[in-house]
Amino acid sequence: MPTKSVLTVSELNKYIKDLISRDIILSGIWVKGEISNFKSHYSGHFYFTIKDEKSVLKCVMFRSHAASVIFEPEDGMKVLIRGYISVFERDGQYQLYAEEIQPDGVGALYVAFEKLKQKLASEGLFDEARKRKLPYLPASIGVVTSSTGAVVRDIINILSRRFYNVNIKVYPVQVQGEAAAGQIAAAVRRLNELGNVDVIIVARGGGSLEELWTFNEEVVARSIYESRLPVISAVGHETDFTISDFVADVRASTPSAAAELVMPERSVVENRLDSLKMRLRNAILKKTAMERLMLKRLGESVAFRQPYNKIYQERMLLDVQKRYMQKALSVLSSQYRNKLSLLAARLDSLSPLNSLARGYGIIRSEKDDTLVKSVRSISVGESLKVYVTDGTLSCRVEEISEKPHGKGTRGTGDTGEAGKGAGDPAEDDKRAGVRGAGVQIEIQDMMGKPEGGLK
Amino acid sequence: MSEKSVSFEQSIAELEEIVKKLEKGELTLDDSINCFQRGVELTKFCNKKLDEAERSITMLIEGENGIVEKEMPALGQ
Repeated sequence: MPTKSVLTVSELNKYIKDLISRDIILSGIWVKGEISNFKSHYSGHFYFTIKDEKSVLKCVMFRSHAASVIFEPEDGMKVLIRGYISVFERDGQYQLYAEEIQPDGVGALYVAFEKLKQKLASEGLFDEARKRKLPYLPASIGVVTSSTGAVVRDIINILSRRFYNVNIKVYPVQVQGEAAAGQIAAAVRRLNELGNVDVIIVARGGGSLEELWTFNEEVVARSIYESRLPVISAVGHETDFTISDFVADVRASTPSAAAELVMPERSVVENRLDSLKMRLRNAILKKTAMERLMLKRLGESVAFRQPYNKIYQERMLLDVQKRYMQKALSVLSSQYRNKLSLLAARLDSLSPLNSLARGYGIIRSEKDDTLVKSVRSISVGESLKVYVTDGTLSCRVEEISEKPHGKGTRGTGDTGEAGKGAGDPAEDDKRAGVRGAGVQIEIQDMMGKPEGGLK
Repeated sequence: MSEKSVSFEQSIAELEEIVKKLEKGELTLDDSINCFQRGVELTKFCNKKLDEAERSITMLIEGENGIVEKEMPALGQ
């Protein structure tokens, strides 16, 4: 039997744990190795081992630390792990309690870069739609970069060359190393708070992937994303792409290119303005010249030059109409004249003068100038006037003999005999006399007028 | 964003619009003259903006009482 005190397993494990925990080196170490048996527990803890060619080490990373790992660890990945060694008493096993885990080497950095890029892209940080246009002529430009070195000097030189009265505010930051990302993010936020610039350039000169790594940090990307002011990212050389480049509103291939992008050359702006000024002037001159020409044309128009033209023209038309009318009238009057002469000829044929010419006479009482149509209105010794075709006879009645009644000689006695033998009107019967009288009245009316008035 | 740059940008854009409208020649004479006058104002304004900015290159330093703006130290070429 051993003489020394006997320990239980638990006591031993506890003792070893205490021993290890007191070791200064083991309480804060970096270990390099390749991940295997990686398990991401639903609780949020990572369980895995790291190994090299000869050995294996059990590792655990609790949720509080695992949550801040920006990449997805997986088997075969070479990593650097910071943590401490302790003992898991139950299993009697020591293991590495990881607090920070970093990809080891360039390949791993690239993986980390891609992981963050995917993550931020899926959150919409790189969306083209949310990218803002740079101001055309910024009154003031904020430059977040190192206050020393070629970058800030180049930017200032180029901006000054392009626009001598430029306004630049440099916000000095570290551009590599642990503090760099936080400083850059803070500077972008601060410039937004101050609001005294129109645009921000975040710049760094060329360097290795590790040296440019600051611009692949999430905190920098977020600050750019949240910036109210447009941000130009200008990191490294043309071939270097960083997360900042993707999230910024504009990526400039180099810091010098950023200076050229952000500020137009003064001469270009002046030329643009001058050309607009000239075009403005020409346009108004052209317009007024055109209007003047129009006015001149109006003034020279026929209406103004010969105001009576219209009147003359109308008068001419009137004359034409008048001629038409006269012509129509003369046609009409000649038609009427023809008609009239026809009528006159017909009338003439009915005229009692013709009868007179054929030897008839018209008898009137001398005393009262009444037509003598019956023997009864006449007494012996009375004076009568007998009108014949070429003159008048004054006669005295010597004897009256009345025709016996009922004797019908009407047919011929009508006009023919009634007046035949002017001195014998009594021969006409009463009705014939009346008819004859009608004609005679007409004649009597005509007699006072010049002879042959109707001819 | 400062008012200055916005209005320069807007002014030159408006000026461009006015010139295009005028060049079309479809406006009445009155409207043309109004446009022209506005255009002259805008060119004056833009010229003023080009000249009024003062050259200044400074460094912003976080101090105890907030940001301090200092003259940028001379940089070697």
